[in-house]
Amino acid sequence: MTRLSTGGLIDRETQLRFSFNGRSYTGHPGDTLASALLANGVQLVGRSFKYHRPRGVFAAGSEEPNAMVELRSGARQEPNTRATVAELFDGLVARSQNHVGSLERDLLAINDLFAPFLAAGFYYKTFMWPKAFWEKLYEPAIRRAAGLGTLSMRPDPDSYDKGFLHCDLLVIGAGAAGLAAALTAGRAGAQVVLAEEDFQLGGRLLSERDSLDGAEASLWVTKMREELQSLANVRLMPRTTVFGAYDHGIYGAVERVADHLPTPGDRVRQSLWRIRAKRAILAAGAIERHIPFAENDRPGIMLAGAMRAYANRWAVTPLKNATDRVAVFTNGDDGHRTALDLMAHGVPVLGVIDTRADAPRFGDYRLFAGATITGTKGRHGLTAIQITQGSKAAWYSVGALGVAGGWNPNVHLASHHRGRPVWDEGVLAFLPGPNGPHGLIPVGAAAGKGGVANALADGMQGAITALGQIGLAAKPIPLPQAENTPATQEAFWHVPGRRRAWVDFQNDVTVKDIALAHKENMRSVEHLKRWTTLGMATDQGKTSNISALAVMAELTGKTIPQTGTTMFRPPYTGVSLAVLGGGDTGPHFRPKRLTPTHYWASARGASFIEVGPWMRAQFFPQPGETHWRHSVDREVLAVRAGVGICDVTTLGKIDVQGADAGEFLNRVYANMMGTLKVGMVRYGLMLREDGHAYDDGTCARLAEDHFIVTTTTANAAGVYRQLEFFRQCVWPDLDVQLISTTDAWAQIAVAGPKSRMLLQRVVDDADISNAAFPFMACRALTICGGLRARLFRISFSGELAYELAVPARYGHALMERLMEQGADLGVTPYGTEALGVLRIEKGHAAGAELNGQTTAQMLGLGRMVSAKKDSVGAIMSRREGLAGDKRRLVGLKPVTAQTPVAAGSHLFTRRAVQDMANDQGWVTSACYSPHLESYIALGFLEDGENRLGEVITAANPLEGQEVAVEVVSAHFVDPDGGRLRD
Amino acid sequence: MKFSGFKVVKEALTGHAGWKPLWRDPDPQPAYDIVIVGGGGHGLATAFYLASVFREQRVAVLEKGWLGSGNIGRNTTIIRSNYLLPGNEPFYEFSMKLWESLEQETNFNSMVSQRGIINLIHTDAQRDAYRRRGNAMLLAGADARLLDREALRKLVPFLNYDNPRFPIKGGLMQARAGTARHDGVAWGYARGADQRGVDIIQNCEVTGFRIENGKVLGVDTSRGFIGAAKVGVAVAGNSSRVMSMAGMRLPIESHVLQAFVSEGLKPTIPGVITFGAGHFYVSQSDKGGLVFGGDIDGYNSYAQRGNLPVVEDVLEGGMALMPMIGRARLLRSWGGVMDMSMDGSPIIDRTDIDGLYFNGGWCYGGFKATPASGYAFAHLLSTDTPHPTATAYRFDRFARGYVIDEKGVGAQPNLH
Amino acid sequence: MLIPHPLLGPRDAQEFIYLGDATLMHRPDATRPDAEAAFCDYVFLRHNPAGVHRELWFHEAGDRSWLVVTRNTVTHEIIGAELACDVKLGVTQ
Repeated sequence: MTRLSTGGLIDRETQLRFSFNGRSYTGHPGDTLASALLANGVQLVGRSFKYHRPRGVFAAGSEEPNAMVELRSGARQEPNTRATVAELFDGLVARSQNHVGSLERDLLAINDLFAPFLAAGFYYKTFMWPKAFWEKLYEPAIRRAAGLGTLSMRPDPDSYDKGFLHCDLLVIGAGAAGLAAALTAGRAGAQVVLAEEDFQLGGRLLSERDSLDGAEASLWVTKMREELQSLANVRLMPRTTVFGAYDHGIYGAVERVADHLPTPGDRVRQSLWRIRAKRAILAAGAIERHIPFAENDRPGIMLAGAMRAYANRWAVTPLKNATDRVAVFTNGDDGHRTALDLMAHGVPVLGVIDTRADAPRFGDYRLFAGATITGTKGRHGLTAIQITQGSKAAWYSVGALGVAGGWNPNVHLASHHRGRPVWDEGVLAFLPGPNGPHGLIPVGAAAGKGGVANALADGMQGAITALGQIGLAAKPIPLPQAENTPATQEAFWHVPGRRRAWVDFQNDVTVKDIALAHKENMRSVEHLKRWTTLGMATDQGKTSNISALAVMAELTGKTIPQTGTTMFRPPYTGVSLAVLGGGDTGPHFRPKRLTPTHYWASARGASFIEVGPWMRAQFFPQPGETHWRHSVDREVLAVRAGVGICDVTTLGKIDVQGADAGEFLNRVYANMMGTLKVGMVRYGLMLREDGHAYDDGTCARLAEDHFIVTTTTANAAGVYRQLEFFRQCVWPDLDVQLISTTDAWAQIAVAGPKSRMLLQRVVDDADISNAAFPFMACRALTICGGLRARLFRISFSGELAYELAVPARYGHALMERLMEQGADLGVTPYGTEALGVLRIEKGHAAGAELNGQTTAQMLGLGRMVSAKKDSVGAIMSRREGLAGDKRRLVGLKPVTAQTPVAAGSHLFTRRAVQDMANDQGWVTSACYSPHLESYIALGFLEDGENRLGEVITAANPLEGQEVAVEVVSAHFVDPDGGRLRD
Repeated sequence: MKFSGFKVVKEALTGHAGWKPLWRDPDPQPAYDIVIVGGGGHGLATAFYLASVFREQRVAVLEKGWLGSGNIGRNTTIIRSNYLLPGNEPFYEFSMKLWESLEQETNFNSMVSQRGIINLIHTDAQRDAYRRRGNAMLLAGADARLLDREALRKLVPFLNYDNPRFPIKGGLMQARAGTARHDGVAWGYARGADQRGVDIIQNCEVTGFRIENGKVLGVDTSRGFIGAAKVGVAVAGNSSRVMSMAGMRLPIESHVLQAFVSEGLKPTIPGVITFGAGHFYVSQSDKGGLVFGGDIDGYNSYAQRGNLPVVEDVLEGGMALMPMIGRARLLRSWGGVMDMSMDGSPIIDRTDIDGLYFNGGWCYGGFKATPASGYAFAHLLSTDTPHPTATAYRFDRFARGYVIDEKGVGAQPNLH
Repeated sequence: MLIPHPLLGPRDAQEFIYLGDATLMHRPDATRPDAEAAFCDYVFLRHNPAGVHRELWFHEAGDRSWLVVTRNTVTHEIIGAELACDVKLGVTQ
């Protein structure tokens, strides 16, 4: 055990059992997986990405590059989890990843022996011969070796949620600066959200031995937490990472609601929050960087600040054996704190190796001033370091080494709007630049203002400033007594040498790789990154990018700011893909729209089909029908011979009213609408302004100033939007009003020779005889004893047919009434399949023909585009490319009636070579016509109107089919329209 | 220097002392025969083919930042030739064929990986549309397969076939499609062009065109005037800005498209898969990251970053389609500027200004077109005639009514 | 993004459908002799500026008004939003 006997923010009374690579250990509440592993003397926790080098815990936060594990098991297996932020719970199961065989004896460690062959960019230079070997041999091998953790390949069993939060001030980070900011704003009465990625508030205060008001800092943190919790206007959100800064003060955050529990139970695992903050405080602290030196990647070598955190917060020494010693390598004062803290905990310290010749001494330890580390030993854990002071080099046995290279302000979120951070020669780091997200104020260490006293004051001042900007007054709060620790350092970036010195641990990028990139002219930062993969690992270079820049700057003879920075992009740390989808998956992926007769159809055993967001009845199987065709054929024949009813509510309905309604419709329809008589309906065609056919439907005139426009189901929203565009943006001078009434009216098609007979039984007193209510008539009337309704004599099927609309809530009842009243007529409900067959038989265009690529002429509707008036698309429809298009909608009938024709087949002249040059058109829609007892199809054919009677080929090479089809009129049924008018 | 396995071994054994810069950093000459504006994928490919195929001797590429910093540096790496319309399909198939021999031509491993693409089918209407498209592909000499549910299940068993909202009914597959390592493509072309004498001039921003009597004489740049008999512009993401310096307005709007990569994972997804009932497409990089994207944000933008609603929309689709990715983590997201044309198809054409040529409007499909776009643009620049597969990509197709509108949504760029 | 709706205050951009350049409000006169050329220009050509852009947004999941939003396409900063009909009728600029 290497747990210290006292101290730490852990609950020593409670034991938590957990396992790592199958071995059982115990830890305590308050531990992370990393602290618990270290407390159990486990130093080796993973393997690096490329060379499979043995690795140990390097950091104490989300910047961890090495300690990545597969957490949990079964479908909850979670690859690439940073042990340093995984909160320990009882029963936690974790495994190391990215090795073949055991962690200790990883077979792929052989890569390390071949490291000289695997230098930066090597794969761009080889694996090219023989050509076919890439996909078959090289790439699969590379892919197997690459990657990190493994997905279970099973659906994620947990649930997720998303929500919106609104606040005056979002405080990101609950360290000294964040707590001061939150309390200042909280006491001022502002709406505050305080988000902290850790499960405990306090930030570095928990990891250092700074005292506040002369007492342990954690006591002050507790006091702050209690006061903030007591304020109704403050929302405390621990375990919440603000991962992205988006436009207009919107921040993305993930709350890990149940990741610290064995299973979420009835809670969601995580929640995605979209936080709209009038102002935000970035108090995200700073991340320590290291100093590359030879063989600096062994387990046992970690950031000096992390070492302090483990000792102070978790009461863990970094040593495997209590008899070992710890050394600290630093380029500034900060590293000395680690030696002092460890000594205070009774951990043996070899000394501090400080690169500065004039390094100050802060305590009673051995000081190697002007010294560097030039080598290390220890295969699975550090055993010795070589210290070089001047020309003298000597080996010292140590069990752990802390490395302190300075701190990088956490500028990530401040740079999400592509504002570049700015180099500060004083703190030797990039600070948030002036072009950060509007309303985001960096404070404390994130703004380069390290030291507890600085951070507290800056946090408070940041909150006052932020609230002042939105007109809220906040008063300074009394801050605890605190000090700023000495923090001078020198610009020392790496120890030169011949051996490998790691810069980016996870991706195995060394100083040599950077030198090679330089040599090969991959010198711009972006080229360097992409050539070496530096900073592209799961830690996004949080501990490595600045060191790499410094090395490249040295090689090019430029300064660090001249060398540049890389972009910071969301997310700040990895965010589970599931939570970004929120709960909108599975059945909730898209809202379902149900028709007014949905439950009626469902009760009758209808099969449903997705039509955009709608669920529509596809067909109504009857007992004994074993194939969908049986049902559909029966429904089609019933309509042609008797009467069928079908819910057509999904078609768009737009109510158009106003003195200028007729004029308005004249302008938006290609054909004339203003001349339509009251009580009549006209078929209408709309074009897009670019001249192509857009949508078709009917337009009914109920009164001089009142029309009802119908649209296709697919374009209902689009047509309404387009009409509103013309009404509001182009012709606001017209007196016309629009409203979409698609959901307000249930509309039932009643079709077939007996449809009038059926309707007469439900209509109250209106005369709907052929003479009184002819084809294309419409009127408002009442049915079923006073229910207001609208009746349209229109037909999609080609039969005598009507559409009857009633307020949506009566749709279900109307369907029942029609079934009841029509029982003796054999009334048959039909679904979308039969609807489709009926319209193909009649030659009506639908979505496959009105696909946005076709013209009125192609549809055989060229004459509908009125030349007497201007209308949307009219001018553009006359351009040569459209006017000269000779393809026409035709009917196609296989020469042998029982041979199916597939929609999507291409059309060719008989015996023509089937290639793109000879392509004559394509089949748009096809079906079996029970009425004609033949397969039939519609299609667009070159010069189609002049080719009736010709036998051509419908070719479907994709499925090896070729069918001889005769070109016929698209109107297979009743071409003269006599049935419509009877 | 020729790259090969032998060379890698030799250098490894001799301390990597012999590697040379992948390309020179020449100072600009006073004048060139052909100046390419834009050192992205298309510009570099154009330069490569000008030098290698059309034997042009005096060619320069001017890049305002670092070479490959355009959309070639930030895309989802998919290559495919599964188009419907005759104006497009032969061109993209030509591109596919160039991809297939790219590495041997450039002597650079761009990791062209033909692992296949599958477009999923969720409705009967979609199947009909894909059948029409698959047949068009076959007729143009490309490959295509229509998969039923069971055949699909064998290839990609991990999809949510019985998604309660939009069940999967099949797919259209192009086996020769796949991915390529995007930066490697830029670098391969750059190195190949440089070796053939092309001057690639980085950090050289074009600030204006010098035009007299309707003829271009050269370009003003941040590094002085550079004369040119012909100037070819290939500046995806900046097309309108650059061409406005020549007084032109384009049938183009610039939009932001976000793309995403997950943390590295062991092999999970074999090829490229696109959802047919939402906005989501995904592949896995050789390094192990799931590379995915969806719809453009939908508003004009040059910001190279997008917003949360699209992030959510993409992952809703991803989770609906393959709920087994839920516990992987998003590593990075980014935004690229897409020059969305008015019909969703590109332009490779002369302009009304003598000697000024334009290549652009690739929407979010420019990466896969890189080889053919470069080849066709080089053809046009060198011979003054369009390449046979690119004859439809003219400026005047809009005015004359010959748009190439694969989606059938008309002149609304954010819907293409 | 948040759109400052002139009637409803700040609304999430997700409630809106984007159309594009506000010049689409200026549909050419179909009777002019060069109408076809004017329409081609109107339908297809755009300034597409990197900077301030006046553009049309439709409040589809809201009050169904069309807005002219003035927005910077480089920073996404919104400078203003007006009802399109007011703009067209000259009630505002």
